Amino acid sequence: MTEYLLIIVATVWVNNIVLTQFLGLCPFMGVSRKLETAIGMGLATTFVLTLSSITSYLVNEFLLEPFDLEFLRTISFILVIAAIVGFTELVVHKTSPLLHNVLGIFLPLITTNCAVLGVALLNVQQSNNFIESALYGFGSALGFTLVLVTFAAMRERLAAADVPEAFQGNAIAMITAGLMALAFMGFTGLIKV
Amino acid sequence: MFAAFLILVGLAAFFGLVLGYASVRFKVEGDPLVENVDNLLPQTQCGQCGYAGCRPYAEAIAAGEAPINKCPPGGESTMLALADLLDVEPLEMDEEAEQQSDLPEVAVIIEKDCIGCTLCLQACPVDAIAGAAKQMHTVIESECTGCELCLPPCPVDCIIMKPVEVTTSNWKWREPKSIEKSYPVIPIQLEVEP
Repeated sequence: MTEYLLIIVATVWVNNIVLTQFLGLCPFMGVSRKLETAIGMGLATTFVLTLSSITSYLVNEFLLEPFDLEFLRTISFILVIAAIVGFTELVVHKTSPLLHNVLGIFLPLITTNCAVLGVALLNVQQSNNFIESALYGFGSALGFTLVLVTFAAMRERLAAADVPEAFQGNAIAMITAGLMALAFMGFTGLIKV
Repeated sequence: MFAAFLILVGLAAFFGLVLGYASVRFKVEGDPLVENVDNLLPQTQCGQCGYAGCRPYAEAIAAGEAPINKCPPGGESTMLALADLLDVEPLEMDEEAEQQSDLPEVAVIIEKDCIGCTLCLQACPVDAIAGAAKQMHTVIESECTGCELCLPPCPVDCIIMKPVEVTTSNWKWREPKSIEKSYPVIPIQLEVEP
């Protein structure tokens, strides 16, 4: 049980997918302008990331490994992710128009989010089992959401702040992201193994 | 080799079937107008219109909430197509949407029309026009600041403004917008060692 809790803590804070592993930086910069969209993106990513790390684990374990086809990993994971995202979008659109409105364009955009593929590949690299893979995906997504939402909240305030001309807009956002990454380095000593 | 081929094709076919089934099973009847507007947009999902992508923008247009001139990648042709579809008046392209809005310009004298009246010579604040009475005038392009002061005096309207063509040799970063608020300038007194 502790082991599973550690996975969550590790993925959310210590090995945060965005600020420590530098995956998924595109949505991190791209959709963090407004808090609402950041939350929507976080929700969508959480859903897809968890589901795709489970599915890619299954594909890897029961299709690729038995036939020694590890070299097909990347392409088949991309296939899995794209299919899951497409399927999720269709289902959400039909069953919950409200959620579909909230997630909007972000759902299909997750297909090209490198965090999703990154987590699937990291799972394989760390030879996680089924539950570990699911938790790893879920934890990473939580970490992604946490960072995205806090960053968006900061950017909303920065928009109203008196920033020097040369640093306005994306420049100050980059600096903020850098400072956040530095702050997250502080979590490195959180767990003693 | 053969297994790899089979598995990849199998996976793709499986997911293709699932998605195909899902698209039929979970089909949502959309607003046909949104579809039509969406089809006209360039689908670059660039967000320059202020919406999260082409489809949200299409929905806003169909709902009458957004003007049709917000799409820089589509440009004027998209705007005209949208105006045609929605049966509304074509609008000027949005200023922000205009890709080359504030290019520097220089004055050019159409020399065959020039009567040599020297009026523009007197108007020019930087002496960028060369010429003499009853002689054809011309603009020294490198001196012209594009102030347009020479346009009104010309009796034959032979001066036109021409945008300077941007080449790799004269391109530069756009200057930042001028600072409205004035920051207090603190004079620094340098202490010079004797």
